[in-house]
Amino acid sequence: MSNRRDPVIVGLADAPLEDGKFVTRASVLGHAALVAKAAVEEAGLTLDDVDGLLTAGMWGVPGPGQLATVTLGEYLGIMPTFVDGTNIGGSAFEAHVAHAAMALREGYCEVALIVYSSDQKSLRSRNLGGRPSVLSMQHETPYGMPTPVGGYAMAAQRHMHEFGTTSEHLAEIAVAARKWAQLNPAATRREPLSIDDVLSSGMISEPLHLLDCCLVTDGAGAIVMTTAERAKNLKTRPVAVKGYGEAHTHWAIGEMPDLARLLPAQKAGERAMKMAGVSHSDIDVVEVYDSFTITVLLTLEALGFCKIGEGGDFVSGQRTAPGGGFPMNTNGGGLSALHPGMYGMFLLIEATRQLRGDCGERQVKGAETALVHGTGGTLSSGATVILQKD
Amino acid sequence: MSYDKPLPVIDHDSAPYWEAARAGRLDIPLCSDCGKHHFYPRAVCPYCHSDKLRFDTVSGRGEVHTFTIARRPAGPAFADDVPYVVALIELEEGPRMMSRIQTDDPGKVRIGAKVEVTFVKATDEVTFPYFRMT
Ligand SMILES: [Zn+2]
Repeated sequence: MSNRRDPVIVGLADAPLEDGKFVTRASVLGHAALVAKAAVEEAGLTLDDVDGLLTAGMWGVPGPGQLATVTLGEYLGIMPTFVDGTNIGGSAFEAHVAHAAMALREGYCEVALIVYSSDQKSLRSRNLGGRPSVLSMQHETPYGMPTPVGGYAMAAQRHMHEFGTTSEHLAEIAVAARKWAQLNPAATRREPLSIDDVLSSGMISEPLHLLDCCLVTDGAGAIVMTTAERAKNLKTRPVAVKGYGEAHTHWAIGEMPDLARLLPAQKAGERAMKMAGVSHSDIDVVEVYDSFTITVLLTLEALGFCKIGEGGDFVSGQRTAPGGGFPMNTNGGGLSALHPGMYGMFLLIEATRQLRGDCGERQVKGAETALVHGTGGTLSSGATVILQKD
Repeated sequence: MSYDKPLPVIDHDSAPYWEAARAGRLDIPLCSDCGKHHFYPRAVCPYCHSDKLRFDTVSGRGEVHTFTIARRPAGPAFADDVPYVVALIELEEGPRMMSRIQTDDPGKVRIGAKVEVTFVKATDEVTFPYFRMT
């Protein structure tokens, strides 16, 4: 049953990187503007058509970044009448898609632009000194918690303890991601990688090794959404937003209700799949946030692709690699393609490209339905989007 | 010697907790309505949302719920501590709290290990509850 106001994705763009850094010389907002312009123009629209602006970022804080949509709207010279600056970490953009979808259905918005940009690699601005020791963080930061890796390490330790998951299981995920990256000319790390390489890459925060951790790169991306009706007169083939869900449980890892079970993903995933009317066997391609290898394991279990505790077996034998039977993170993911701080935008871009059939060597044949799941904070938030070829 | 690691920014919710730690006690909020302890200290109970809370001195005993051995420091201030164990302790009374395990042998720390609190003075204002295995 389709409706003329059903939400669709009609435009996308991402900034070229070289060695994980921006190629173009522009500020962090400049890169946001350049991908925004490219994404609307791809659809046959202009920035003047945009009446909905959604963004989240880590730039300009404290300062203009505290009111991110306002500052970005100013830079773009537009006056949006629907805005959403929801920031729940790297999953924010999946939540933005949900919120834009509702605004489009309601007639509150006609053309929604979702944007992200970060120049953390070029600026060397990534904060490794821990989180300011205020409010709930006064009970975490002073103990020397490595952030963000320490919280993920604690979840991995717990998963290993409860279910017998091993470092080899986690390494399978990193190696599979690298194999996809080798098929993606835009990926940052493309040299061969073995399970032994991951295991011997040095402990960062036990039990996680260096190569269990995502890259640190720059990156900018944008997505344009409109209604099915408006899309008929545009230049691209629309990809339909069929379902969505979002949830969060905690900020401090010590407050995570169950460190071996990712409840936000369970909640968001169930809701999104029910709304879309799809089951697991309908999903042709899966793009899930891989900030760390353990993130993927917890997410696959929580989304119901396997039982809780069986994620290790599920990813064994390079199941998620090209040709492995479960196409996942097909651009190489945050582990091997790019990870500019909040990666969720790039999950959406890759899923849309797969459904358009634009992925060249790494194209998943016959991909019609994609599941995208972002995770933000320290396993804090989750947001799922189900996309379908129109 | 000055203390160069991050210190808690103490607020009205947490002041009694830090004050007790300075005096060598582990005091955490207890809800008069649902009877549950919670941590970190809040003005409203996270379980039943009652505001009838008081600070209660707890046993200081618990077990390691999970942990990580930091092989790289959380910033330069912690460089001399590496490797060190950050652990989530589940107290006998139920709540979990983040802390450090004091040990000469990080490799001996296990999930489920029994621990008890020990107080480590950082500055005149701040004493941290650390834990050691028993
Ligand atoms: Zn209560």
